[in-house]
Amino acid sequence: MRKGSIRLIAAASVMALAITGCSSSSDDAANTDTEFEIFTWWASGGEAAGLQGMVDVFNAENPDTEFINASVAGGAGVNAKAVLQSRLDANEPPDSFQAHAGMELDGYVRGGQLEDLTSLYESEGWDEIFPSDLIKAITVDGKIYSVPVNIHRANVLWWNPATATKAGITKAPETLDEFFADLEKFKKMGIPGLALAGKGDWAIAHLLDWMLLASMGADKFEGLYNGSTSWTGPEVAAGIKNFQRALSYGNKGAGNLDWPDAGKLVTDGKAGFFIMGDWASAQWQSDGLVLGTDYTYAAAPGTVGTYQWLSDSFTLPVGAPNRNAAIAWLKVCGSKAGQDAFNPKKGSISARTDSDLSLYDAYLQSAAADWKQDRLVGSTVHGATGNNALMAAYNAGVGKYFSGGFKDNAGLAKDLAAAYEAGKA
Amino acid sequence: MSKQLNLNKRPISSKIGGLLFVLPSIITVIIFVYGLILWSVNVSLTNQNSGTKKETEYVGLKNYTDLITDERFTHSLGNLVKFTVVFILGTLVTGFIMALLLEKGIKGEGFFRSFYLYPMAISFIAMGTVFNWLLNSARDEEAGGLNLALQKIGLGFLQNDWYVSQNGAMFSMAIPAIWQMSGYVLALFLAGFRGIPDDMREAARVDGASEAQIYRHVLFPQLTPTLLTILIILGHISMKVFDLIIGINGKSYVTQVVAVYMWEATFDQRNYAKGTAIAIVLLIMIAIVVVPYLRYNSKQQAYR
Repeated sequence: MRKGSIRLIAAASVMALAITGCSSSSDDAANTDTEFEIFTWWASGGEAAGLQGMVDVFNAENPDTEFINASVAGGAGVNAKAVLQSRLDANEPPDSFQAHAGMELDGYVRGGQLEDLTSLYESEGWDEIFPSDLIKAITVDGKIYSVPVNIHRANVLWWNPATATKAGITKAPETLDEFFADLEKFKKMGIPGLALAGKGDWAIAHLLDWMLLASMGADKFEGLYNGSTSWTGPEVAAGIKNFQRALSYGNKGAGNLDWPDAGKLVTDGKAGFFIMGDWASAQWQSDGLVLGTDYTYAAAPGTVGTYQWLSDSFTLPVGAPNRNAAIAWLKVCGSKAGQDAFNPKKGSISARTDSDLSLYDAYLQSAAADWKQDRLVGSTVHGATGNNALMAAYNAGVGKYFSGGFKDNAGLAKDLAAAYEAGKA
Repeated sequence: MSKQLNLNKRPISSKIGGLLFVLPSIITVIIFVYGLILWSVNVSLTNQNSGTKKETEYVGLKNYTDLITDERFTHSLGNLVKFTVVFILGTLVTGFIMALLLEKGIKGEGFFRSFYLYPMAISFIAMGTVFNWLLNSARDEEAGGLNLALQKIGLGFLQNDWYVSQNGAMFSMAIPAIWQMSGYVLALFLAGFRGIPDDMREAARVDGASEAQIYRHVLFPQLTPTLLTILIILGHISMKVFDLIIGINGKSYVTQVVAVYMWEATFDQRNYAKGTAIAIVLLIMIAIVVVPYLRYNSKQQAYR
């Protein structure tokens, strides 16, 4: 019954589009849909609270549309993605779904499953208000397919100020040389210099992603993903060597740990540094820790002035049953009100450059300041520069290297090169 | 005349009635099991890949030949073989020894039987979560779980990396599986022992056989069908292993097995052609184990 009624509505809205479409841009059609279904994996904690903030904005603007949240729980959407894919393949898409902005959308775009939203960027003025580096990164052949609602930073260094003082570290390391010198100080103090989380491989891959960026700089790093830097060349080899050196300062038993466990080593004073995305801050705050006393932050060494980003975004699937409602939702997603309702709770910054900073905590304020002025580079492991096939092979290659005792540098370079090729296939 | 006709008709109509009853399940099994197997075979011969390609076309056996050179597939397969060997041997040996002890007519046999069978009631995924903690690789002061227990009983030198060690990972993965399934093997063997009539033992005793000889020459040979059943059951559980691995170590490369790689290829990479090819290989592997057994069983049934 319900499916039937959705089909009817879909047919009706397609007809409505066909009628209005000839006179004006279809994006301006008023939202007369009575239902709207989004698909997300934000089901608990700050993520769910942030989403609710955006939903409240949407409901205030669209009182006649019933908001249906088809969330599927599971970190980073491990379960949600499978369910979503089966719905897309059955041509029964939700009205909008969540995905990392950038190359993670590659498969949907190539499969013709997403609508081009470029005109929405023009009509809403987003092309002016989002940083141009970001617009460039999410544009595929001149078209943009998603609306980023937030920005996370991947290249952040975290540590416990008390532990650092004990080890004799007075300021954040800005270069890799300073970083390695500080790791040595932690080692002398008798604790591992770097907290590692090996479970599921991605957190180690996250570390490598940063290390490659830190070792070769933003230009060469971007070259890795447009083919101008070779994966088997000297830059990557040097990066892997640094990576190997950093891993040697890691905690024992890292293979058992998920990232929150590794983060806890740092906040408990049992390990020195931690390289992790800024969702760590949101996690620690929900654990009751205080920014500045229990933990503090800096741009990861070697990447000061570079902002390695990843972004959650919403899309408009081809054949969305309630297309007008979806467009109304996407407008909320890109709006200042929507983003400022979502991000302080999610623990990320607004993708816009005009957000109301008074709503954000000290870390997020500094991140937002960097966001406006830094060089922006996408994260590989979180879907900005690599598609699903690349990420899967990249993580496996790193997992193989790490579980093998991080000895086979040449083998890792070869696996990474193969991962890049897998992404292009 | 008419009466006789009715009599003749009756078995036919009751046959049809019976058929009508099983028809729904036959149809659903045909569609959802065999139909979808054929569908998967079909997909595995194409290049269908929502992760990258747009146009789908037939590529013959390319997906299968690609698997041969796919280092991750061979790695997963190798892991699976290691796991299967250790799991089956470990479960058989512990289960058999326990059955042997209970068979001697120990007091409270019923209690022990359910006591050891109980772990089977726990799902692999829940057990995976618990063993994830027990098999923690941290040592000495940092140790927890089994490593800590080993220290406490003075066997600290036995501490090891468990499922994160490069070579021993799959062997540690087998520990929880052995722990869970050996009670089941115990129950099956015990039933096997109980199925042997006491007259046989008596006859052997009368002929002057020692206890050891009775076991070796009278009882064990009669357990062969039980052993075969156990091997088949454990074998196919082992080859399909997925939830235990995910529960303990997620999708980490070091403990990846075929079913996990299949899942990753299908749902993370969205490379359906590759995912289904892996699934079909797995299906064939399991069929090689199970089908001869089913045929053997149905022959046995026919003789009876």
